[in-house]
Amino acid sequence: MANTTKTRSRSMHAKVTNGITYVVLILMSIIWLFPFVGLVFQSFRSYATEYGGMVSYIIPKEFSWDNYTYLFSEECSFVKWYLNTLTIAFFVAVLNTFMILCVAYSLSRSRFKGRNFLMQLWLILGMFPGFLTMICLYFLLKQIGLTQAGAIPGLILVTVASAGMQYYVSKGYLDTVPKALDESARIDGASNARIALTIILPLAKPIIIYTALTAFMAPWCDYVFASYVAFGYSDSYNVAVALQRWVWTNDYQGFFTRFCAGGVLVAIPVTILFMCLQKYYVEGVTGGAVKG
Amino acid sequence: MGKENKLSAGIKNGFSNIGKNVKEIGVTFTEGDWITKLSFLIMGLGQLIHKQFLRGIIFLAVEVLFIYYMVTFGAEYLVGLFTLGTVETYVDKSGVVPVTIYGDNSFLILLYGIITVFAVIAFVYLWRVNVRQNRQIKIFLEEGKHLPTSKDDLHSLINENFYTTLLALPNIGVFIFIIVPIIFMICVAFTNFDADHQPPGALFSWTGLTNFKNLFSIGSAGFGSTFFTVLGWTLVWAFFATFLNYFLGMGVAILINKKGIKFKKLWRTILVMTIAIPQFVSLLYVYKMFADDGLVNGYLLKWGLIDSYIPFWSNMTYARILIILINVWVGIPYMMLMATGILMNIPEDLYESARIDGANGFQMFMKITLPYMMFITGPYLLTSYTGNLNNFNVIYLLTQGNPKSMNMVGGAGYTDLLITWLYKLTINDTNYRMAAVIGIMVFVVTAVISLVVYRFLPSVKDEEGFQ
Repeated sequence: MANTTKTRSRSMHAKVTNGITYVVLILMSIIWLFPFVGLVFQSFRSYATEYGGMVSYIIPKEFSWDNYTYLFSEECSFVKWYLNTLTIAFFVAVLNTFMILCVAYSLSRSRFKGRNFLMQLWLILGMFPGFLTMICLYFLLKQIGLTQAGAIPGLILVTVASAGMQYYVSKGYLDTVPKALDESARIDGASNARIALTIILPLAKPIIIYTALTAFMAPWCDYVFASYVAFGYSDSYNVAVALQRWVWTNDYQGFFTRFCAGGVLVAIPVTILFMCLQKYYVEGVTGGAVKG
Repeated sequence: MGKENKLSAGIKNGFSNIGKNVKEIGVTFTEGDWITKLSFLIMGLGQLIHKQFLRGIIFLAVEVLFIYYMVTFGAEYLVGLFTLGTVETYVDKSGVVPVTIYGDNSFLILLYGIITVFAVIAFVYLWRVNVRQNRQIKIFLEEGKHLPTSKDDLHSLINENFYTTLLALPNIGVFIFIIVPIIFMICVAFTNFDADHQPPGALFSWTGLTNFKNLFSIGSAGFGSTFFTVLGWTLVWAFFATFLNYFLGMGVAILINKKGIKFKKLWRTILVMTIAIPQFVSLLYVYKMFADDGLVNGYLLKWGLIDSYIPFWSNMTYARILIILINVWVGIPYMMLMATGILMNIPEDLYESARIDGANGFQMFMKITLPYMMFITGPYLLTSYTGNLNNFNVIYLLTQGNPKSMNMVGGAGYTDLLITWLYKLTINDTNYRMAAVIGIMVFVVTAVISLVVYRFLPSVKDEEGFQ
């Protein structure tokens, strides 16, 4: 008798706490989604028929494609900026991954003289803020003609050149691949290069996807260096630099809603890609935390 | 824990290493035959004669190139490093049309000077390797061992020395685009390179510790009070940004993982949206949402909750609190993903036995979940804190460091972090010398915090442990 009341009260208790949890989660979901819903709605507000600046309501009185047609019209280089960003993101994703894997594999598999020195040096270098060296990098790029009109390859070069320093997560992952695999292959007479390519590389697929994904997503937000290297040459802007101007200029007549439309077009493909590869992202994030 | 001992041991080690090297070089010279002796002057000679063509040619080429570089280019800049240029640029007005006669360019002298110093160091090192190889040849021949041929050398690049092949490109990249620029900027901190001393129009020169004195001097012209205000806010910001996200993220992960909660995947996907959508889109939109004429003020006015708009971004306190809250919005999902993975690894029987002992949910959290999480994520907390010290995006996209203040120098505002201030000094004021000093201070702060915290971490990793 007493037992049943106890279980009943416990199940009541569980129901109440679950109810509270649901309320919290629903509230959070609203807060998390609200800005994005707003972004999408405002991108459909027309400058011609309504107003393109700031208003105090979310749902436009009349839906229109005005902002989107503007983005693809002659007077706006949005397509150019978009392709710029896509180019950077693609090359950075491929080349960064290559560089990071090279470093991660060497540091995980080889014990050589200077290994600890290298790791400590890079750790220390990583403590300097990236923007510190901006003017020097700009000058170096200028010497080889990779600023302004050549800003796109310039940005790729700078990003990829120092990518090796971000090896931590990948190395942590490769450390968990048993060394016995290497040993047995070595006994069979395989060279180190062969072991890396045929045995370790296929096993590293999740971390390769994680590295490429994060590398692909970063250039979409790169504002600081991208704007500095382009130096006012608008054909070399990426979306972040270009759209930023629309929000910050004092005269945003019409440009706020155009920013929303541009933002939607940027967010959709990146978000879809992320959601598809989310599994690998989670694996990388958790692995990174556990291994530091 | 005997840090000084370690240091002095390190220095002793360094000196004895140099001594050993010098001794070995001497022995190589006295015991060597004429080929070895000549190889001291003509690098690669010994290798070439003993049919190690690849090594020989590389060493010879290095020597020829180095001498050519120094004679035609390097030596001049190496000397220039002492003064950073003496010939001023001036306008020659004697002719009909005034002509600008360019003098020395301090920027180039400093940059190329640094590169030349590295070239010299590299050359000395390679010379040492050359001597050692010649010694090895002698020992190998005496013992009747097989000397590695060019073919062997090439093959080792994909086998025993595969790591050199892999690390070559990343190291070159880091050297050119990280190490040289950082050393350049460290040097700039000791010069007067600013808006009034911009090459090629004007020279800049060494000024010793003047800039550092300026940074700490409290007064109308000094950077002192601004620096400490910005530093203080940077530390406070990083504290909240890290720990608020950490605990809230963990809380959300626990909520979603609770037994009996449905649609786990849906909740996670909704939260993860802020990671997926590029920050410049989401943060700029949120910035506008809280603008004076933005959505939030608009609705609050419409519903009659306030009479006039709330100046979210122009009031220091509001702006600071809002930034931290918005950062929670961006940062929780990341921590939630991480915590979800780790929570699943906690053995279920730990909770089971605690439940039998009559522990309630809160006690179990304090005694099991939290210690486990802290242990595992200790290093992450540290990197997260130092990362937040330099969290440029969130601050700059939201406030650009505003609200500005008349009490602060260098265009700093009340929400500026050291890193955004550094950016402003570089871009708006072209005050490169002070930007460099602040960059060094960011490094010092990061390094000190990392060192101190690292010693207290329970889970200082045993690197080989997992293998």
